[in-house]
Amino acid sequence: MLVNQEKIIEALIETVQMVAFSLLFSALIGLPLGILLVVTRKGHLLENTVVFNIINSIINIFRSVPFIILMVAIIPITRMIVGTSIGTAAAVVPLVFYAGPYIARLIENSLLEVDPGVIEAAEAMGATPGQIILKFLIPEALSSLVLGFTIATIGLVGASAMAGAVGGGGLGDLAITYGYQRFDTTVMLITVAILVVMVQGLQSFGNILSKKIRRR
Amino acid sequence: MIEFQNLKKVYNSGGQQVAALDGIDLKINKGEIFGVIGFSGAGKSSLIRCVNWLEKPTSGKVIVSGHDLTALSVREIREVKRNIGMVFQHFNLLNSKTVFANVAMPLTLAKVPKDEIKKRVHELLEFVGLADKANSYPDQLSGGQKQRIGIARALATQPSILLCDEATSALDPQTTSSILQLLKKINKEYNITILIITHEMSVIREICDRVAVIEAGKIIEEGTVFNVFSSPKTPTAKNFVSTVMNDQLPDSIKEVIKKQQGLQKVFRINFVGNSAGQPLLSQVAKKFNIDFNVLFGNITELQGTPFGNLIVEFQGPDSEIRRAIQYISQEKVSIKEVTSRAS
Repeated sequence: MLVNQEKIIEALIETVQMVAFSLLFSALIGLPLGILLVVTRKGHLLENTVVFNIINSIINIFRSVPFIILMVAIIPITRMIVGTSIGTAAAVVPLVFYAGPYIARLIENSLLEVDPGVIEAAEAMGATPGQIILKFLIPEALSSLVLGFTIATIGLVGASAMAGAVGGGGLGDLAITYGYQRFDTTVMLITVAILVVMVQGLQSFGNILSKKIRRR
Repeated sequence: MIEFQNLKKVYNSGGQQVAALDGIDLKINKGEIFGVIGFSGAGKSSLIRCVNWLEKPTSGKVIVSGHDLTALSVREIREVKRNIGMVFQHFNLLNSKTVFANVAMPLTLAKVPKDEIKKRVHELLEFVGLADKANSYPDQLSGGQKQRIGIARALATQPSILLCDEATSALDPQTTSSILQLLKKINKEYNITILIITHEMSVIREICDRVAVIEAGKIIEEGTVFNVFSSPKTPTAKNFVSTVMNDQLPDSIKEVIKKQQGLQKVFRINFVGNSAGQPLLSQVAKKFNIDFNVLFGNITELQGTPFGNLIVEFQGPDSEIRRAIQYISQEKVSIKEVTSRAS
């Protein structure tokens, strides 16, 4: 094996950092976009065709670019924000561009599942649009939102491994530079095993949390 | 209390203009239970939704407690809504919240202090008979219990109007009856004006004071429940009335009428109120040279007044029958000959 245990732990920490930060920022972007996608659509709370169409198209554009291309294409933006295009911090930027629109779609899906009757009841009570979103839509969709975020987090684990290919660090970087380019099968197997455990753990955690919220 | 003036609602569906409400003029008085009945698609849902602005009418006026809603701002309408409770067919409770939180919701939205909310919610749960369910979740309750929670929630802000949108249509007959009794109690104890829309005539018969029949976006008949039930004018109203009044002739009786010949004649006699208590038929048999035979009959109570419906066969000479009819007509009953073709 060409790397020691410390190197693997270091890579694991980098992966966790990349996933955590990019999840945080993409949730900050995705959550409001997802809510807007729901409430501005036809017949909804704040119907607005223009806003809906703009957000909808932008999200589709970002979602149609393969992550590896997106990563390279937005290097200028990454440089502007982080100052460099290499390293863990730099990898977070393309990850946010990738996961933000993805999370917006997942949130849109969850919120659309909420019974329209509940929203009608809220309107009948004289709730403001803000109150309807915070006190009716989100609590009713919470269990499904948690599952959505679980999917997004796992997607980010996979994407962060790809970010390793352009010098982002983390487990993906390790697997490519040592496991693939230097034919070190042991490193390859270890990184894959760690990723499998991470994904399993995340999915189980998401399932349990969602179930707890749903109480069934 | 609630007044509709030439209310119109036009939908645009696939380039076609569909009028859900086509010039509604209706006035609902303070403290009454008013029922609107119609088939699905008649416009009754649109009508009730115009009262709390869940739907905005295309033209015309909606006046609620003296406020012309068409002239109010969004914020002012929200204030008016706090004075209107609404109960839904499918309850529309928040499944993610406890019964307590559901009932408390309108108060939370109105930023009522927490201890006051607690007191009021317990009061309401006591009133609807579900005080022990405060910490349950809606999916642990039966349909009837869910509707009681829906009613408690609708009453939370102490509204003066309660809208019931097919509130009993998803419930079994026994539960329906208990929910209707609860609505009656609310009307009596709190003097809340109740507007009910339904497709079930039994709901109207059981608790409404007045009723309007809606068809194709128009009110085609309106009056006290007693008048509409005892003498419906339009075919639709007759149809609805027949679903609960059972005044259709059974086939076997129709056969008898078909075979009638010579000295027999069959009549339908409707008794209303006090006249239902008079021994009219036996008087007729004594006074005139005829015999009578009751083929079919029933007596229903409408708003505390008895209403009878009898199919009677008279046997005797034509002239005697005619005189008997004349005598009966002077009383407070209506009499009509039944031929084999009529029902």
